[in-house]
Amino acid sequence: MSGGSGIRFDRVSVAYDGTTVLDSLDLTVEPGEVMALLGPSGSGKTTALRAVAGFVRPASGRVFIGDRDVTALPPHRRGVGMVVQQYALFPHMRVEDNVAFGLRAQKVAKGEIRGRVAEALEMTGMAAYARRHPRELSGGQQQRVAIARALAIRPGVLLLDEPLSALDAQLRSGMLAELSRLHRELPDMSILYVTHDQIEALTLADRIAVMDKARLRDVGTPRELYRAPRTAFTASFVGNANLLPVTVGAEGVAFGGTELKVATGDAAPGASATLCVRPHLVGLGTGPNQVAGTVSEVQWRGATHRLYVDVAGHRVMADLRELREPPAHGDSVLLHFAPDDAVLLSAGVTTDG
Amino acid sequence: MASAAMAAPPKKHPKSPKSSGSRPRIPTWAWALPPVAVLGLVFLYPLALVVQQSFQPDTGGTSLQPYADVLASPSFLEALRTTVWIAVAATVGALVLGFVLALVIAFVPFPGGKAVARFIDVFLSFPSFLITLALLFIYGTVGMANGLWTDVTGAAEGPFQFLTTPWGVLLAEITYFTPFVMRPLLAAFSGIDTAQLEVASSLGARPARIVRQVILPEARPALAAGGSLVLVLCLNEFGIVLFTGAKGVTTLPMLVYSKAILESDYPGACVVAVVNVLVSVGLYGLYRVVSRRAGA
Repeated sequence: MSGGSGIRFDRVSVAYDGTTVLDSLDLTVEPGEVMALLGPSGSGKTTALRAVAGFVRPASGRVFIGDRDVTALPPHRRGVGMVVQQYALFPHMRVEDNVAFGLRAQKVAKGEIRGRVAEALEMTGMAAYARRHPRELSGGQQQRVAIARALAIRPGVLLLDEPLSALDAQLRSGMLAELSRLHRELPDMSILYVTHDQIEALTLADRIAVMDKARLRDVGTPRELYRAPRTAFTASFVGNANLLPVTVGAEGVAFGGTELKVATGDAAPGASATLCVRPHLVGLGTGPNQVAGTVSEVQWRGATHRLYVDVAGHRVMADLRELREPPAHGDSVLLHFAPDDAVLLSAGVTTDG
Repeated sequence: MASAAMAAPPKKHPKSPKSSGSRPRIPTWAWALPPVAVLGLVFLYPLALVVQQSFQPDTGGTSLQPYADVLASPSFLEALRTTVWIAVAATVGALVLGFVLALVIAFVPFPGGKAVARFIDVFLSFPSFLITLALLFIYGTVGMANGLWTDVTGAAEGPFQFLTTPWGVLLAEITYFTPFVMRPLLAAFSGIDTAQLEVASSLGARPARIVRQVILPEARPALAAGGSLVLVLCLNEFGIVLFTGAKGVTTLPMLVYSKAILESDYPGACVVAVVNVLVSVGLYGLYRVVSRRAGA
């Protein structure tokens, strides 16, 4: 397997017992790209990964690895590396034999195996543990071995299925950094990364594919999806979001009787739309685009205060840097946000009124 | 957590011994007495009687004469040889067949797979002669297979005459004892994470390699357990051998039966019984040692 193959889904649908779990997915992962499949459970993201690995057979559509149509190939002939949430190390084999498993299966010359095992273990920082059994390792170490095992066969495509979910928060952020480093060291390898964690997706991915209810909802770079989400689902799943129902006006939008200055793009005046404002971009007190409301709840989160404010019958969240004197429940407050910090969701515009 | 757990006991500790009052406490070992008594009465005592009888020839007194007689007799040596080879072959056969069948049931999804697994449990409760009876219906001298053959070809006899040979006994024992191997194997297989098998195949391993290097090592304890059970059961199997009507196949239990019931040679029967027990325990012990050394 040489590097740089990329993955292409061509209208791939998968159904179990008549239920469609993946609905005509069209998606291309470029050679060397890290693509995150982000979505809640049951969104079809794991099914998409399993279709690449060969564990589910699409009901229709084709899967390509590089320019090879692998739709009908059994898993052992696809040459993909795979890392799963529960590590799935072979318990009766030492670490070095786990890593060598793929090389032996692919009949790599005996003399070469030793060197490639050492190289893979070196790359994941597990060289000192070669003679251990999996049960003698911590969760994070086991996951490193699982990654080394997948990398040893030098796959063109690496599939990661919720690889950090079983680790605690601190280990997870360490492993995220490790994965970024590995990708810098292996720039030709495409990575398909399935996760329900937006932080992992934002940190690691070149592009994020947002999935929901068996369908692909959005694809874009983390920055695009975060700064200018197209749909309400993307806005609320990639980061937190205030989604305010507004009416498009001449030079902005109207929200509960208040005129707000925001870019409206090509939305026609009079149309109803949804305005997305990130909670951490909302300020307290007077400013541009200010709205008045009543505090319904205050949560202290250490570094920040989260205010829930009722504005014209809608709940607006504001994440504020820890306040010396936070407002109390029932206080009247003013909130504001910069015109640049609000996005009119393009998919949510309807011109019925 | 730890400090809370450490702090809690001292509060209660000084009081708890007194709350049990001044009644003398029953020592723990005393609880073992009733089961040992029952075991001794219904199991060990009769066994001791058998052993005692084996040293008392019909001519009176206590001597090793019955042993000398039996061990020197060709019929005994023949029975011993037959018993051991049939038992070992049946065990190997049941292990191989059971492993393959359990593999299919556990890892190849097919409609009714669960029902088959459930049926294995029911099968275990069948009496062993039932299988032999069923085989007789099919392969017996006047069974279905031979009947079909004679009807079609007009020959006087069918070609299936193996049921009354040692091979018939072997077939019946493998058929009957295979589920005993499958039961622990299915339990072991259900404990194997399917993600392991998937990762193995994505690493380029074909099914045969996955079975050999991933599944088999994890099934070894179950194979050892099932195999040792079947070995011991086969050594002592009586019903199957009796029901095949194989006159030439005399195993140790059959020899005990014929000596005791047909020849009224009780000391001789007891000698064979004692040997049978020793062989069972000996082979079982050997099997455990070997399978433990194999990494089970």
